[in-house]
Amino acid sequence: MLRSPRPYLGFLGIGTFFLAWYVLVDATHFWRFRELPGFVSSVREWVNPNPVYGISLFTSDYYLHIWSSLYRVFGAFAVATLLGTTIGILMGWSRIFCGLTFPILELLRPIPILAWIPLAIILLPGRELPIIGLTFLAAFFVTILNTLLGVRSIDPVYFRAARSLGFSELGILAHVIVPGALPYIFVGLQIAMGACWFSLVAAEIASGQAGLGYEVWQAYYYVQFETMVIIMATLGFLGYVSSALVRLVARRLMRWRTRALAGV
Amino acid sequence: MEARTRSGSLSIRNVGKVYNPGGAKVVALEDISVEIRAGSFCVFVGPSGCGKTTLLNTVAGFDTVTAGEIYLDNVLLSAPEHAPQPGSDRIVVFQNGSLFPWKTVLWNAVCGPVQQGRMKYAEAAAHARELLARVGLKGIEAQYPGELSGGMKRRVEIVRALINEPKILLLDEPFRALDALTKSVVQEYLLELYDLVPRTVFFITHDVEEAVFLADTVIVMTTRPGRILKILNVDMERPRTHRILTSERFLAIENEIRAAIHDEARKAFEAGERELAA
Repeated sequence: MLRSPRPYLGFLGIGTFFLAWYVLVDATHFWRFRELPGFVSSVREWVNPNPVYGISLFTSDYYLHIWSSLYRVFGAFAVATLLGTTIGILMGWSRIFCGLTFPILELLRPIPILAWIPLAIILLPGRELPIIGLTFLAAFFVTILNTLLGVRSIDPVYFRAARSLGFSELGILAHVIVPGALPYIFVGLQIAMGACWFSLVAAEIASGQAGLGYEVWQAYYYVQFETMVIIMATLGFLGYVSSALVRLVARRLMRWRTRALAGV
Repeated sequence: MEARTRSGSLSIRNVGKVYNPGGAKVVALEDISVEIRAGSFCVFVGPSGCGKTTLLNTVAGFDTVTAGEIYLDNVLLSAPEHAPQPGSDRIVVFQNGSLFPWKTVLWNAVCGPVQQGRMKYAEAAAHARELLARVGLKGIEAQYPGELSGGMKRRVEIVRALINEPKILLLDEPFRALDALTKSVVQEYLLELYDLVPRTVFFITHDVEEAVFLADTVIVMTTRPGRILKILNVDMERPRTHRILTSERFLAIENEIRAAIHDEARKAFEAGERELAA
């Protein structure tokens, strides 16, 4: 697991970043940085009970946007995980199924998510479903591919051992294939979570009526730069927390791995 | 100790194995015939690449033969037109270990009978705890294989195999990766379990000392094509401990095997050199 070896170094890094922002924008108006919202005014807006542009920690609109985005991401992520791992495991399990589906996967996967936007809007009804659909799609392909790689990565000796010990095919699926593929599956889910946030914002910009991606674009459009920065920071924070959640679940489900890696 | 098992006799008759029969033939096994008594401890020794593992795989059901037949308790197990299936009557302990790293020691130990539906988990667990304790592994049931040392893993794996009460236990150089001290300890544990319930053992090694120490019968194989060069009986009393390693009888048998195997090892080495030069 990736962890900063010394936590205080992390805080020092973040502090330096904010300081640089302050120096370049607020203090020196250096070059084109002078166009950007200042550090102080952004923070002030964020904690203002009566924000100038209507979005701060004290407004219900802020939480409405967060909620809209969160449920889209987690809905899409959940469906992508369920479908993606199932299909990936089936592909790893059955040569025939893999032969059928792998070429399609390899053709569809490289299509950038932005190119799917028009099709999603045409195909899916309403404004909500296209966004969720696009968010889902980004995570879906990554999850399938990593699950398949995970199944393929399992040392054949475990299959031999299981057969020798009299496991049924279902037993092999449950006790060899799924747990054996889990490390790769979780690598895939980490990437998928990032992909979800990426395509969410793109989809919300294109078709949303609420949500963080929608709001960041609105703020830009109406020259409410402080709001824009607040939303960006919020996206960063939520992205970090959701990745951390995936890691937490991974550690829970793969205790054997964390413990072995810890070294004995 | 008296109760010698009656099942588990293995009869290998004129077995041959040719890889890639169409193109460049590689003869892995040629005319192998050997009778293994039920309950006897058989060790196959030979230089690397002599087809020991191929022979084991054909018995285990991971590979087929291209000539001859193999019978287990007088029932046809494998023949050219009769591909065998792996099964829990012939459990394999693999060279590099195959404990499921994502399962606890206890789960690994009981998984055979539980997955076959022969035992309830609790019943198998009680049995496994007993066996684990017998090989000096008490209180590690909840750990994962990754937390154990090499010698502990090998013992768990042997317990996992024996709990199935297989007719024949197939061990493919199981102690290869262990250091000398650990190896001697694990060997003694294996013999202890063997003496407790003697069942047919098919053991592969290229360590001559190990072969003589463990075996009732040592089968020396030639290098490619794999043939049987010599079959020796090790008529030394059981239970054995490492004290016998320095006895005269032991050394005499060991030397006889070494003499036979030395020429083969040289041939294998030279063949390897030629392959590299080509």
